[in-house]
Amino acid sequence: MDLNDRLMAFAGDVGPGGPVWCAGGGTHAPVPTGPREVRAPAGITWLAAEEMTCRCGAGTTVAELRAATAAVGMRVHLPMVSDATTVGGAIAVGHGSITQLLHGPPREALLQATVVTSAGQLATVGGPTVKNVTGYDLCRLLAGSWGTVGPIADVILRMKPVPACERWYATASDRLDPFDAFARLYRPAAVLWDGVNTWIGLEGHPDDVAEQAAAVGLGLGDEVDGPPPIPAGGRVSVAPAAVRAQLEQFPAGDAVAEIGVGVVHQQAAAAPVPLPPGVALLQRRIKEALDPSGRFNPGVEAVAGWAS
Amino acid sequence: MDQLVAELRSALSADRVRVESLELALYAKDASTLHGGAAIVCFPLDTAEVQACVRLAVAHGHPFMPRGSGTGLAGGAVPLCAPVVIATTKMDRVLEVSPEHRYAWVQPGVLNLDLSRAVARHGLHFAPDPSSQQSCSIGGNVANNSGGPHCLAYGVTSSHVLAVEVVLPDATVVELGAIGGDPGGFDLRGAFVGGEGTLGVATRIAVRLTQNPPAVRTLLLDFERLADGAVTVSAIIAAGLVPAAIEMMDANTIKAVEPFVGAGLPLDAAAVLLVEVDGLPHAVDAAVATVQEIGERCGARTVQVARDDTERAAWWKARKSAFGAVARLQPDYYLHDTVVPRARLVEVLEQVCEIAARHEVMVLNVFHAGDGNLHPLLAYDARVPGAVERVHAAGEEIVRASVAAGGVLSGEHGIGLEKRDLMPLQFSEVDLELQDRFRRAWDPLGVANPGKVLPRGASCAEVMSLGRVPEGVWI
Repeated sequence: MDLNDRLMAFAGDVGPGGPVWCAGGGTHAPVPTGPREVRAPAGITWLAAEEMTCRCGAGTTVAELRAATAAVGMRVHLPMVSDATTVGGAIAVGHGSITQLLHGPPREALLQATVVTSAGQLATVGGPTVKNVTGYDLCRLLAGSWGTVGPIADVILRMKPVPACERWYATASDRLDPFDAFARLYRPAAVLWDGVNTWIGLEGHPDDVAEQAAAVGLGLGDEVDGPPPIPAGGRVSVAPAAVRAQLEQFPAGDAVAEIGVGVVHQQAAAAPVPLPPGVALLQRRIKEALDPSGRFNPGVEAVAGWAS
Repeated sequence: MDQLVAELRSALSADRVRVESLELALYAKDASTLHGGAAIVCFPLDTAEVQACVRLAVAHGHPFMPRGSGTGLAGGAVPLCAPVVIATTKMDRVLEVSPEHRYAWVQPGVLNLDLSRAVARHGLHFAPDPSSQQSCSIGGNVANNSGGPHCLAYGVTSSHVLAVEVVLPDATVVELGAIGGDPGGFDLRGAFVGGEGTLGVATRIAVRLTQNPPAVRTLLLDFERLADGAVTVSAIIAAGLVPAAIEMMDANTIKAVEPFVGAGLPLDAAAVLLVEVDGLPHAVDAAVATVQEIGERCGARTVQVARDDTERAAWWKARKSAFGAVARLQPDYYLHDTVVPRARLVEVLEQVCEIAARHEVMVLNVFHAGDGNLHPLLAYDARVPGAVERVHAAGEEIVRASVAAGGVLSGEHGIGLEKRDLMPLQFSEVDLELQDRFRRAWDPLGVANPGKVLPRGASCAEVMSLGRVPEGVWI
């Protein structure tokens, strides 16, 4: 089947009515009983390194996309919770990877999406180029919407060159305060802190990486294989100034904070945070406008942590 | 109308609510070639006053239109349907700067370059840098999702807005996004950016501030053939390098700008590329070497590296003065804005030149080559009979050719009024219906900057219970 046929087939699966659950890799939300399960097409349509863009079905795994883009010296910065994480799922959940300090969350990677509307028709949002301000930015709406405004069928994504060097360092935070590291480093990929240890992720020219590390007192002996294990219970968003206080609620090592981003990953599930009333109302109006019968991923709000 | 004026003056102040014909005429235009007509122009100072403007406008049957500095080129700030214009120029305060956490809260009337100047002492700047940055406002940048030369590496405005306080069309106030983390729910902040004033009025904006790079080097490459310059651009990107900026100027542009700026641009070149690389020193040195090698391989006649900040500044002045320098050639110009895949740059540039020649219009090409964002500038004299018509005809063909080459209608200027009716070139009926539903969710009554962006709902008669189209309104 060519791309158009696959997209039309998916739209046919979604159909013009009835509740559906667009299943990704099942890494965040198991498929509930009730809605009909649909799965987006998978497979990479094209890679254009000279354009820094690629196109794939939303059902493609992030792992497959990583391997394919690496073969052309490129990378799409999407998180990969497990090998089953799909491109569409990563975008729909919208959480950034551990290097989002430098590369941004998934919404930064999404240029264009083909979605299925509530009437079961295919619609295109965004555009195929790395720069585009044509019409409303519904790609931003899709990213982080947990599939509630329409199943994503396929996407065009922004790629970035794989850096020449990527290194992680770790040391005790009473030797290198994470906030001090954030202040002194130039555009690190990540600064992480669990209350006891500081992890630094650096990318770029090998000599720059070494010099940046040395500038904050890190050397070969501090190199590690990668970031720390990230607690998977829940994640809390806090203002940057509140990160230290948030982390201090937990025993040392039980939570990991992304310094400069304001996300704290914790073992315990995070309590849903109610949206401010005006924002909740606006979100509800947009949801009702794009999915009047509420058929897309019904009930996912609880998993997403959107307290009503 | 008198009652509305009286109530607005009571909510704001008498001198900040204007209805005199001269002032209304000044605010009937933006930097595009289009014009409209405002009913009233208001200059609020804060969120509460913006709320009052919106509430009173709608209560009295008028739409409203936010306006920043009026530097937009697509007619986004051309008032249609006799709106109450809410000019944010007096909302010009930088409210809070957090150098430690690298963000600032600003009012929408703060000028783009003024913001960067205000935070420069902290080693920070606001990354989006449109050519109009000396006069465009942050609120306008948010409305248009502005770019600029350095967005190739750093991203457009949407990547640099953490949160935005918005007065919605029903006059309620919401804060979208947050300065930290991933706030739950839809990314309404991201969806608001680029809304061109049709979703509400931004009254406070939390912007991300970017660290100044430790090293910056700027190169000037000149070519005997425009095509060689375009090939060089693609080769640089294909080599895995993402410069901070890659700008191209063609022969006509060089001839207009160089006598004005005296930057040392070669007057006999078919094209020049301005390539800037920044970041950490070793990466910058390696990037300079790569660009030099690629340039020479792809036919650059000379490859210069700016000797000092003075030379670098002169080259950038040449680039950013290009539009103004056109006045040396013709009294009027129409600047277009499309994006094409880099691989199609050569082909589309050739089409642009052919289209311009066929319509007997002078064209200057000065644009963001790194991301394929073309800015064909059609220079003309509006006093010459038929010139305006030929320019419009050529412009529409250029836009069509760009989209046909796999590109998009706009890279920076937005759709506004200028390209509203061309939206079907890029989007299907289903696509546009989805966008319309999205917009109506924000603005069910259609009172926020009506007649812009989407081709449907463009009639003033669809706005509120307007009884007649005001005289002098041009749609």
